[in-house]
Amino acid sequence: MKFITAILLTGLLGFSAGVMPFLPWWGFALTSLLVAILVHQKAGKAFLSGFLGLFLLWGGLAWWIDQGNQGILSHKMAEILPLGGNSYLLILLTAIVGGLVSGLAALSGSFARARRQH
Amino acid sequence: MRLIPFAVSAAAAAGLIFVLNRPLGPAPPLGKLLSPHTGFWQNAEPAGASFDADLQLEGLKGMAEVYFDERLVPHVFAENNEDLYFIQGYLHARFRLFQMDLQTRAAAGRASELAGPRAIEYDREQRRLGMVFAAENAVREIEKDPASRLIFDAYTKGVNAWISSLREADMPLEYKLLDSKPEKWTNLRSALLLKMMAKMLSSGTENDLAYTNAKSVFMPDELRRLYPQVHDSLVPIIPKGTVFPAPAIVPVPPASADSLYIGRRDTVKMKEISRPDPNNGSNNWVVAGSKTASGAPILCNDPHLELSLPSIWYEIQLQNKESNAYGVSLPGTPFVIIGFNDSIAWGVTNAQRDVKDYYEIKFRDASKKEYWFNGNWEKTEPREEIIHVKGQSPVTDTVYYTVFGPVMYDDRFTNDAAASRNLAVRWVAHDPSNEGKTFFWLNRARNYDEYEKAIRDFQCPGQNFIFASKTGDIAIWQQGKFPARWDRQGLYVMPGEDSSYMWQGFIPQTENPHARNPERGFLESANQRPADSTYPYFIPGSYITPRGITIENKLSGMSGIKPQDMMALHNDYFNTLAEDAREILAANVKENELDANARRYLDILRGWDLMAGPDSKGQTVFQCWWDSLETEIWKDELTRVHPQAPWPEEQTTMELLKKDTALRYIDNISTARTETLADIVTLSLKKAAQELLQKEKEGKLEWSLFKNPTVYHLIKDLKPFARPGLPVGGNGNIINAITHSHGPSWRMIVHLTDQTEAWGVYPGGQSGNPGSRFYDNFVDPWAAGKYHKLWFMRPGDRTDKNVKWVIRLQPAG
Repeated sequence: MKFITAILLTGLLGFSAGVMPFLPWWGFALTSLLVAILVHQKAGKAFLSGFLGLFLLWGGLAWWIDQGNQGILSHKMAEILPLGGNSYLLILLTAIVGGLVSGLAALSGSFARARRQH
Repeated sequence: MRLIPFAVSAAAAAGLIFVLNRPLGPAPPLGKLLSPHTGFWQNAEPAGASFDADLQLEGLKGMAEVYFDERLVPHVFAENNEDLYFIQGYLHARFRLFQMDLQTRAAAGRASELAGPRAIEYDREQRRLGMVFAAENAVREIEKDPASRLIFDAYTKGVNAWISSLREADMPLEYKLLDSKPEKWTNLRSALLLKMMAKMLSSGTENDLAYTNAKSVFMPDELRRLYPQVHDSLVPIIPKGTVFPAPAIVPVPPASADSLYIGRRDTVKMKEISRPDPNNGSNNWVVAGSKTASGAPILCNDPHLELSLPSIWYEIQLQNKESNAYGVSLPGTPFVIIGFNDSIAWGVTNAQRDVKDYYEIKFRDASKKEYWFNGNWEKTEPREEIIHVKGQSPVTDTVYYTVFGPVMYDDRFTNDAAASRNLAVRWVAHDPSNEGKTFFWLNRARNYDEYEKAIRDFQCPGQNFIFASKTGDIAIWQQGKFPARWDRQGLYVMPGEDSSYMWQGFIPQTENPHARNPERGFLESANQRPADSTYPYFIPGSYITPRGITIENKLSGMSGIKPQDMMALHNDYFNTLAEDAREILAANVKENELDANARRYLDILRGWDLMAGPDSKGQTVFQCWWDSLETEIWKDELTRVHPQAPWPEEQTTMELLKKDTALRYIDNISTARTETLADIVTLSLKKAAQELLQKEKEGKLEWSLFKNPTVYHLIKDLKPFARPGLPVGGNGNIINAITHSHGPSWRMIVHLTDQTEAWGVYPGGQSGNPGSRFYDNFVDPWAAGKYHKLWFMRPGDRTDKNVKWVIRLQPAG
């Protein structure tokens, strides 16, 4: 349950951070860190839920935008980056990049609250 | 807290963010770019996006509306001139901001700010040419005239209204890719854009440096043959037989001209970095009611420029109580540049005249603070140039201004250190002028007199303004500020130690070549020499002869013309030059010396219909063979000239061979034997056959596959934003003047019936955003030779079904 809650919260707060004009693009790293502190899990699970929260958020947003755009831009950008013009790879890359930053932030959050082991 | 794991993972997170937040080499910051909230995904405009808006903008005076049709062409209705051009600025910025920013930075010699070190030499050249100096002079002139100032100020405010509304997510995609930001607009930047056009159209029309070098090897009579002022086959803009009045100015060559100038044989080693494309030109023509089916005149124009995405043009209708104009505008400046209104239509082609000369300067010493002029050491005006470079520290350069203009070349710029010479540039584009005024008044002109008055003050770049009115007038003026030169003045670098070689005056405006309502019922211009040799001034330039001949021949034979005939003519592929040139090739080739492949290509050429269509193999064979022949004829002679001599034009070569099959240049001077025309025609086919065979193996013998017509993004490296492989034919000397990446940048046909009918198309789209469906949606119709019917919206059409979106504007507060 905690796992699912953490994923949902990560995604939700990550979205809010994304639409705040005064926050940089990585504003979600702060909210992911916060979620991991509040919803404490072991390191592995924290990383995974942090990762998945943003993976789903960024991947979902990119996919949604791409649907509306009928792939006009993603196809071109996937040649520039270069991903062979494959829009799905570009959406995947977007999701992974967001996921990794968020996962590492969540991992930090988990360690920040973890008890020192003796 | 588990301190060490926390520190490690926090550092990893921060490190990753850091890496994703900064450019890696030429790549943009990846995290920033990929973020669906602020990165490139935000530029992926929904296909069904609405452009409706209600805006309150500071700086507007009254209420206004913008109605977009389904092609995203705005029809602007404002209450006064200021609001009209404020909104034009706002819309230009809304749809084309990056282009405006990039082009004006490049004009000012600031491309390195975006492109990095590779643009430094380009920037130095722009500054040494005095581009900013020229724009500053123009701004001073604009601001002297209160009415002009009001309009340019309003336009600038409109651009800035859009810029200041931008959030990071809204930034044009290119800024995200370059990790850069737009800069505020100013009147200077509008002037810079016009100077960019001036450079494009009146800076590459001279060949002074290369001609100077040619003069060191060729004798004066040879120079006249290789680089003739008037082609035998010229069909001038002003119909032959027109009588020109005696010239008001008769410039006199200085006494030393023969010894110090014409007869001087030395070379200049400077390298020109960004020479404008020699194909920059255009077609325009107009047929009077006497030649049309409807009895109303039809005006046509297609300006040939480097094709780009976004396009140089933006379609717009601008209407208020005193003006109602439709056509294409230049993002970065107000007004409709080529278009029509309720009463008239107008178009432009380039005059191709030489309005730029070089003078050799003698500095007193290495400090360059003084130069020798009219027997005195005069002070130079130094101008410190600081070029900011992306990714490295700024570069400084000092440009010294003289009575002639800036010293463009000296020991510090693209010169041969051993034989360093100082050349100042005298260019009409430096002179104070207000070209915008011409377009302001053309947008409002109702008849011939108002057209003539509107264009009278237009100075640079010289243009052929073609005109038609609903009252049945047709006319053309080659308008510009042109120096009155003595014979050969300014063809070569001139002595600059006194005033004797300076321009002695300008051709009076009323003596500029013009024609009105000729009996034959049509007028045309296609970058040819404006008048035949009876025009009483020496007017060098880089004229293009063949297209004018084709247009003249076609129009002469037509009657009962309909707009559809004009569309066909815009898209005509007839190769006039090849008509004569093929004769020379086919009549002289020694068939028995050819192998099977060469013979096959010869057969293709013989069977060719002289049309340079996309599927034509004959055009490919012809062009390769002809180019190869030109190399055989000229290369041996021209390599005597260091560092370079201009190649004689195709038309010149053809005419020389037509007149004299024993032309002395046919012989290859680097071989012992004496070649004949038959020898080199045969040899050149053998050489061309190798290239043709290679292309044929690649499946690229068809002309459009051979030349691969492409519309590039303004940043050429961004290949995925380009449109390559377009199925179009044509060439620079053909009416449909499409080369690899250059050609008709806008095709317009205006039928001046009671209710004006007009058609137009350009190879781009109204939106500059590569993520919009309006980015390149005109490219395919353009390539297919199709047109959009232009909707000249009336105030009563506000609820018309053509209206797709509406922006309502009102003053803030």
